[in-house]
Amino acid sequence: MAATLTVDCRKTFPGRFTAAAQLTLPLDPPRVLILFGPSGSGKTTLLRCLAGLEWPEEGRIQFGSTTWVNVGGNIRLSPQTRRIGYMPQDYALFPTHTVSGNIEYGLSDLPTAVRQERVRELITLLQLQGLEEAKPAQLSGGQQQRVALARAIARRPQLLLLDEPLSALDAPTRSRLSGELRALLTQLQIPSVVVTHDWAEALTLGDVIAVMQGGRILQFGSPQDVFSKPANAEVAQIVGIETVVQGHVVANDNGLATVSVSGITLKALGTDVKGSAVYVCIRAEDVLLEQAGSGVTSARNHLSGLVTEMLPQGVLVTVTVDCGFPLRVVITRGAREELDLKIDSAVVAAIKAGAVHLVPRSV
Amino acid sequence: MNWIAIAVTFKLALLTAAVLLVIGLPIAYWLTFSKWRWKFIVESVVALPLVLPPTVLGFYILVAIGPHSPVGRFYSDVVGHPLPFTFEGLLLASILYSLPFAVQPFAAAFAQVDHRLIEASWTLGVSKFNTFFRLIAPLSTAGLITGAVLSFAHTLGEFGVVLMVGGNIEGETRTVSIDIYDEVQALNYAGAAKTSLLLLAVSYGVLLLVYAMNRKVWVVWPQR
Repeated sequence: MAATLTVDCRKTFPGRFTAAAQLTLPLDPPRVLILFGPSGSGKTTLLRCLAGLEWPEEGRIQFGSTTWVNVGGNIRLSPQTRRIGYMPQDYALFPTHTVSGNIEYGLSDLPTAVRQERVRELITLLQLQGLEEAKPAQLSGGQQQRVALARAIARRPQLLLLDEPLSALDAPTRSRLSGELRALLTQLQIPSVVVTHDWAEALTLGDVIAVMQGGRILQFGSPQDVFSKPANAEVAQIVGIETVVQGHVVANDNGLATVSVSGITLKALGTDVKGSAVYVCIRAEDVLLEQAGSGVTSARNHLSGLVTEMLPQGVLVTVTVDCGFPLRVVITRGAREELDLKIDSAVVAAIKAGAVHLVPRSV
Repeated sequence: MNWIAIAVTFKLALLTAAVLLVIGLPIAYWLTFSKWRWKFIVESVVALPLVLPPTVLGFYILVAIGPHSPVGRFYSDVVGHPLPFTFEGLLLASILYSLPFAVQPFAAAFAQVDHRLIEASWTLGVSKFNTFFRLIAPLSTAGLITGAVLSFAHTLGEFGVVLMVGGNIEGETRTVSIDIYDEVQALNYAGAAKTSLLLLAVSYGVLLLVYAMNRKVWVVWPQR
């Protein structure tokens, strides 16, 4: 049987909240698991159980052939013995240590020469040259994040745990670093669990996504599946993006990207260069439906297609249009009647370029 | 000035501070990080010397280390002489008397260390013991010095406990504060004034050091 990380445990914070999660993550090849959900959904609690910083009162955690936690069997492996790399949300860099000191903190059992070599390697890998002797307080947010990552991976952990790795950064830095982090995770080939509440981050970084709410895992699957085919209304509401399809950028003209999705081309705002693999993300409320053959609008994208599904939800109807890929659109009941929509009606979906979000993905 | 008494006093205060630095750290660590629900019982015991009259504390210590107690008997069997009215007995009493003056600043400093840093250290494979020396202690330097200095200064001026447990033996247990009392009893006000001034100067100097060095750890006055 292939090695897996298996979690089945329950952790209660009396009077506040219970987290009860079951999941199985294959470890070979190493994958990045995203724990995705709103604040208070139990993602961080689950991550801390994996790190050994919270003790579940019931259940077990099995990493490959090693049992980390088995409450019934009274096995509780300390965080020290799990060989993990853990990066808390605000990095928790040691203020009394320099950048080098932080990175080599966990390496004290290695001979000095090996330790220094490893620190040099990580300084280069994370582009921290020249900052070796700086104290954390002198670093920018992005630099602190890289030091925290270097420290977490220094001991060559068998599992990497990142809690909101980018949320402490300002928006421009965040979008730049999320690409770098994805490249790094791909390069490291360490099984990783990443907590985030940001859907773009989840899509960028994740191979597998677990959507969490109220301490439970509601859906577990590939990013595209979870976003485009939410298991239920709760998941749909949490992810908030109804159409996620794979595409690649075929041209970029000063920030107006042309993206090809299953043979259809779309215009989107984005700096992604020609050839980039992307997820194309469209919110259902950002799409207009017109009867086929009607007038010209300012929207850059006009996609012809046939209605394949209509799901009434209160005063709204979620319509799926097959325009080369399934596109979800939300309209009012009144609009549906005016357009006289039926299954197989021919429609044109209009989407402004600014409403087509591109998220880089690994190929 | 009675230089012998001054020497005894400083020796006593230095040793007390040194011993408290060693035994106060684990006590403070436990008081800070233990999640035991009855912890407050131990906290209250440690703080007792703050409110108990020194004579009462001295009386109990005297009884506890006297020849009629198991501890006292054991000590005199091993060492060959009883513990009360010796320098060692006085040292033991001073340690107990100054315990909260060391433990409270230590614990206050430990409590200020961000727990996330400690957890980060654990996940990096560093044991709790090494995390203490590599992370918690360096981050608590000001509190450690404060505790050591305060227990030193507090021991310099102790009177009631010394009288109860140490007696008044020249070169052995006669400390400066007892010497001042003797001088006043002998109506030698000039001698008492000199020694008092010395004690005042040292105490003030020590507190200046503490306050100048750290503005974070609660010492005697709460921070505004």
